[in-house]
Amino acid sequence: MQVTVEIFRYDPDTDKSRFDTFVKEVDPKDRVLDVMMAIKDEDDGTIAFRKSCAHGVCGSDAMEINGLNRLACQVLVQDLKSKRIRIQPIRGMKVLRDLVVDMEPFFAGLESVKPFLIPKEPAPAAERYQSIADRAIFDDTTKCIMCGSCTTSCPSFWTNGAYVGPAAFVKAHRFIFDSRDGGNEFRLGILDDKDGLWRCHSIFNCTDACPREIHITKAIGDLKRYTVVHR
Amino acid sequence: MGAGGAGLRCALELSQHNYSVAVLSKLFPVRSHTGAAQGGVGAALGNEEPDSPEWHFFDTVKGSDYLGDQDAIEIMCEDAVEAILELEHFGLPFSRTPDGKIAQRPFGGHTKNFGEAPVKRACYAADRTGHMILHTLFEQCVKNEVRFFNEFYVLDLIMDGDICQGVVAYDLATGDIHVFQAKATMLATGGHGRAFSVTSNAHTYTGDGMAICFRRGIPMEDMEFVQFHPTGMRKLGILISEAARGEGGILRNREDIENIGSGKDGFMGAIAPTVKDLAPRDVIARAMYNEIVEGRGIEGSGDTGSDYLYLDLVHLGAEIVNERLPDISHFARTYLAVEPIKEPIPVQPTTHYAMGGIPTDIEGRVLWDAKNKVVPGLYAAGEVACVSVHGANRLGTNSLLDIVVFGRRGGKDMVRYLGEAEFGRIKGEPDEFLRGEIDRLQNGGGTEKVVDLRPEMQNVMMVNSGVFRSKDSLTKARDTILELRQRYQKVGVQDKSAYFNTELVEAIELGFLLDSAWMIAESALHRTESRGAHSREDYPERDDEKWLKHTFIHYEADGKVKFAYKPVTITKFQPKPRVY
Repeated sequence: MQVTVEIFRYDPDTDKSRFDTFVKEVDPKDRVLDVMMAIKDEDDGTIAFRKSCAHGVCGSDAMEINGLNRLACQVLVQDLKSKRIRIQPIRGMKVLRDLVVDMEPFFAGLESVKPFLIPKEPAPAAERYQSIADRAIFDDTTKCIMCGSCTTSCPSFWTNGAYVGPAAFVKAHRFIFDSRDGGNEFRLGILDDKDGLWRCHSIFNCTDACPREIHITKAIGDLKRYTVVHR
Repeated sequence: MGAGGAGLRCALELSQHNYSVAVLSKLFPVRSHTGAAQGGVGAALGNEEPDSPEWHFFDTVKGSDYLGDQDAIEIMCEDAVEAILELEHFGLPFSRTPDGKIAQRPFGGHTKNFGEAPVKRACYAADRTGHMILHTLFEQCVKNEVRFFNEFYVLDLIMDGDICQGVVAYDLATGDIHVFQAKATMLATGGHGRAFSVTSNAHTYTGDGMAICFRRGIPMEDMEFVQFHPTGMRKLGILISEAARGEGGILRNREDIENIGSGKDGFMGAIAPTVKDLAPRDVIARAMYNEIVEGRGIEGSGDTGSDYLYLDLVHLGAEIVNERLPDISHFARTYLAVEPIKEPIPVQPTTHYAMGGIPTDIEGRVLWDAKNKVVPGLYAAGEVACVSVHGANRLGTNSLLDIVVFGRRGGKDMVRYLGEAEFGRIKGEPDEFLRGEIDRLQNGGGTEKVVDLRPEMQNVMMVNSGVFRSKDSLTKARDTILELRQRYQKVGVQDKSAYFNTELVEAIELGFLLDSAWMIAESALHRTESRGAHSREDYPERDDEKWLKHTFIHYEADGKVKFAYKPVTITKFQPKPRVY
């Protein structure tokens, strides 16, 4: 099938942006990433975008595709149900070139919630035991690949870049509800801050955007309840 | 260098000893390919049934077709238990047994009591074990304030005579070239799967570390051994974990379609009666290839390029498929529109893992030659390295084990070395060569294009240096690669920008891949026997008399290599015919 692909371009040398349009013959089962690579190979080698695993586990290629944040390697052309494909960088981040945005502040935000196990007790000789039920409580949020799709789909983040954002909450959830962790006193302050949890207005954009199908709005709800009870 | 499991485990070790440590990666953290590993990490914890490191040791030796060094394998299997418990202590969210221990499941080639029956040895976190290892190690590095240089692409070593003094790296964001002086350097940059057209490996898996060393005169060990994983998704090559067969999945051919969902044995039942679909990967990949060549592939044309086989999970039921294999089920639904609870998944072997690589000793120190002369200050671990624990064929779950065990051991030896090492002198302009290369690619007026050369390399390697090889096919592969290397000298890139010049990066990556492809083809042509993943149609038997040894390929001049040999270390298990 034939598709018309519009790709956002930003040239840091001239500080100018535009959309470039390409008409391509594609297989409906092609990933959007395949189409972009074909354009880069056949039409314009200067288009800049990130990619690595190409099957939705590394999180390199989050971008806005036809208005929704997606991993380009996880969306097939046929899934878009459109012959027009419009690709832009994820929003609310500084664009460095074309579809490449500055991810450093995003990672710094994740690090603010102390995203590592703060053990309740010193490690025993063998493993710490954890029941299947306790492990299941935070299973969903262990799936996060830190692609940034959720945070950059969130209107609260767009209006206030200081907002910690859903990705960091997902990471916080993964530790706060881990029965082995005892570090919540260090995390609650960050979550209960003016730029913390309460800027989430349950818009569900993050949940829609997540390529790992994490129930992010629910996870944030869990954290809100936890914070109110443990303040 | 590299922020996958081996690099992070090493950085963590150094940070625990308060050394100033920098992790350089051409990607952001957690984008590394460790995250794509699915099924599990091997360790004889014995949580589900009796097991012992000695059985693990034996299985790994046998799996390696007796080419693995037994001192190294024994250490890996012994260290495994502690290394995995340590990961749990770092917070890794393993799946659990009903009594709360780390859950384990069967995997290919892992057996109880020296080959009697499959054993549950693969410690897992659903089917995203690598993802969890990568994230857990990253979390610990964040905790220890390890410094990350994200999207810094390491392109050269700085050598002062025999001693490594650091690296030269290219900053993708700005195009700046940086010199990093270091007392000790660890290469953990992964494998070279992208030299082949069908692969489970990431686009960024381009053999960088191997090529960087090779160009500096360091030999590569056992490059002929490349693992083809039996179950790549048809055409795409995306990995369907061996855990699918560990949980009971069965491979089926065209004559076997009526048995889908029945749980009855498939064609592997006759080929490996004891372990069936849990035979090692080389055995199954060959069997699949033969099924297809003999016309029992699903389309039945006998064409290895288009025919495929089925992986049947239907009899496992929705609960096992959804709970223990959620990610691969998602892949099947997304990319193939196949519902694995109801239908079989179309699969074909996919290029998966480099057993060969930079030679190291058991402390991760890189070797100058087959006589164990150490390169002071330079270490390697993980897929880029060859200790050798995988020999001629790696067992599933041993790659994740390799990265944590040897990342850790390398880190510990670096701590020892740092206590005695001094900063050396950096002579001349260490970035001069690199600046010249980049200038040539950007401004040399070259007319050859990466997009023409790359698929030619990948196809010739897949067809001629794949599951089965022969003198004719390998000669063709080698000659084509040499010709492509000549053409590569005339490559030019369209993009002149300094910022995120991904076209330039892909050109550099292709140069590295051509080095790997050349070494693979030359080494495979040289080894006139069949062992593990290296199957020569013209030499179908294993030849212990002549070839129970490691090959070291040295760069001599353009188009010319020479070989040296290192004996295999055999401590406990004498080579025997390999029957499953």
